[in-house]
Amino acid sequence: MAVTDRVRPATPSRQRRPQRPPEAVRRLAFSQRLSKWDVKLSPYLYISPFFVLFALTGLFPLLYTAWVSLHDWDFIGGQGTFTGLENYQFVLAQPFFWNALGNTFSIFVLSSVPQVVLALTIAAALDANLRARTFWRMGVLVPFVVAPVAVGLIFNNLYADQFGLVNELLKSVGLDPVRWHSDTLASHFAIATMVNFRWTGYNALIFLAAMQAIPRDLYEAATIDGAGRLRQFLSITVPMLRPTIIFVVITATIGGLQIFDEARVFDQYGLGGADRQWQTLTMYIWELGWGQRNFGRASAVAWLLFLLIVLISLANFLITRRIAHQGGRK
Amino acid sequence: MRTRARTTAFSAAAACLTLTLTGCGAGSASEAAGVDGETGTEDVTLTVATFNEFGYEELFEEYESENPNVTIEHKKAATSNEARDNLTTRLAAGSGLSDVEAIEVDWLPELMEYPDQFADLTDPDVEGRWLDWKTEAATTAEGRLIGYGTDSGPEAVCYRADLFEEAGLPSEREEVAELLSGDWENYFSVGRDFVAQSEDVAWYDSAGATYQGMINQVQNAYEEEDGTVIAAENPEVKAVYEQVLAASTEDDLSAHLGQWSDDWAAGFQSDAFATMLCPGWMLGIIEGNAAGVEGWDIANVFPGGGGNWGGSYLTVPTQGEHQAEAKKLADWLTAPEQQIKAFTAKGNFPSQVEALESEELLSQTNPFFRDAPSGEIFAERAQAVEITPFKGPKYFPINDAMQQALTRVDVDRTDDAASSWEKFVTAVNAL
Repeated sequence: MAVTDRVRPATPSRQRRPQRPPEAVRRLAFSQRLSKWDVKLSPYLYISPFFVLFALTGLFPLLYTAWVSLHDWDFIGGQGTFTGLENYQFVLAQPFFWNALGNTFSIFVLSSVPQVVLALTIAAALDANLRARTFWRMGVLVPFVVAPVAVGLIFNNLYADQFGLVNELLKSVGLDPVRWHSDTLASHFAIATMVNFRWTGYNALIFLAAMQAIPRDLYEAATIDGAGRLRQFLSITVPMLRPTIIFVVITATIGGLQIFDEARVFDQYGLGGADRQWQTLTMYIWELGWGQRNFGRASAVAWLLFLLIVLISLANFLITRRIAHQGGRK
Repeated sequence: MRTRARTTAFSAAAACLTLTLTGCGAGSASEAAGVDGETGTEDVTLTVATFNEFGYEELFEEYESENPNVTIEHKKAATSNEARDNLTTRLAAGSGLSDVEAIEVDWLPELMEYPDQFADLTDPDVEGRWLDWKTEAATTAEGRLIGYGTDSGPEAVCYRADLFEEAGLPSEREEVAELLSGDWENYFSVGRDFVAQSEDVAWYDSAGATYQGMINQVQNAYEEEDGTVIAAENPEVKAVYEQVLAASTEDDLSAHLGQWSDDWAAGFQSDAFATMLCPGWMLGIIEGNAAGVEGWDIANVFPGGGGNWGGSYLTVPTQGEHQAEAKKLADWLTAPEQQIKAFTAKGNFPSQVEALESEELLSQTNPFFRDAPSGEIFAERAQAVEITPFKGPKYFPINDAMQQALTRVDVDRTDDAASSWEKFVTAVNAL
């Protein structure tokens, strides 16, 4: 703004001597304008790669999926007739859809809740004065580096119904073997352990980072007041971590609603069990799109899942805002 | 097996959709030459996509030295499922397929829906090269041949001679063949005798695998030729379903193992069952799972007549730029002489009439199966196949639903036959 203001006074003089100054003024104005654009546009240019990429790989497929979901659409044959909301109607009338939704939530709850609690505990332990701190901190991240399918193979060996390690152990102490692949809740539990195995360490590190930002004098004051370690953890650490906990809960929700790999490799067919005991929504999308090659219906489920995630994230966001107002600035 | 790495379905769906859009209409330029173009002049690089073991490595070298203008690049997928995902995704994308793509008979029907995607390989030179049923399965109603047959999966019965002996049944392979020849009821009834005489050993591995052998003898199990789905109403399907489940649960002939599961693989080591239906390619799998177990043998018999399970084809996608050269290569690879070499290398049982009569094949024996004359047995089993079951575009999902129905009763035991059938009907109606 200041730059343009300085140019402007030159304009009246142009009326008196129209021959030479205009060019000088224009040249000046052009370079000034360039720098003005530079100031105004460059920041957008710098952040544009993300948005361009997002538009190409995120937004476009999203909208295109919506377009597909309104058609009869064959996997290979491609676009068919326009059917409006018929795919949505069909899918919502399917018991398999609701079953998958229920499974998704059940696995999500079974994995997220213990995951957050465990991660908090591990982070608190890592926050203490340990020998070889970096070693332990990196150690909790190791399961995260292992490919989910490899995790699946190992856990499948543990959870095999007749000859799996867990059931062998149960039998050796005289307990009844668990029917991991036929009992719904047992299968959810088994899958949730795979998810927890993978994500607990990752979340623990996030908590740890936040814990280290908590002012140490709070703990000193508490110690002087005679608060024990547990009391300090519950009354200082957890409340101070509230925003981080909410962040972790939101990411865990989004991830949890999209559980696929672990559930898919849980048996040899990858369809979520003979009675769809552990078929999640993403697996249902897979079944519709790839098994039945009906991309219209698969896209409809994908969009329903998207809307669901948006809804839950919105709810999360509102709760976050309330808690931030309550607790954040006290 | 069925496990494989994958990103989430959501992002995969997104990626595929993007590919679909960009890929629309591609390929028209490359179709110009077609399969009837000139060969042997230009230098070309042909890509060949196979899976598991086709036994082609040495054959490729031989072909390259005979055809100096051709360089072959081999893309080998670890499992047929991986190959199927790759093929269907790239078909949907409209580009990226190899010049020669190997496909398995199980996913042939869904590809037959899009015959335009594959070059018509009909040629007077190859007429009569394969067993009739092999060619028929790859021929469209309009007479387009979309693939050249490679191997096939004629089925015999593999059995544990030692366990037979313990149960007081005849154990020599000729006697067992005699004992088991007849219909399925006979196979189950011998099973009842066996189970009564032996402790803790089941007659067969799983209801699903046995059902598969039975349903492959039904001409139109799930669909009419015009694509009408009849699976839920077809009395033949229900009869087979009820028969195999009665044998599996009421008579307890099944070891209640889901085929390909970890438990199933472990069952080979713990003497869980005494017989299983085995196509030629299953021998390697049994040998691997049952390593160290002695007593496996092959009986030259299959209940209810002949049966085929599996086998592959070579196709030439119309996306390719060198279709004529690709066809020539596929033609050469599937000629009897070459398939016999592949059989010697990896045990893939040929589907070519001439190969079935070759001395080299007939004299083959398998040391793991007590030196059974596997070449001769499977050659006879291949001749015994009479029915080519019709498999339409919905065969795959319907059969998946059926296998789930059987698993619910046989393995999971969460349902009885009647309630599981109801769920099967629901699943079929949802297709």
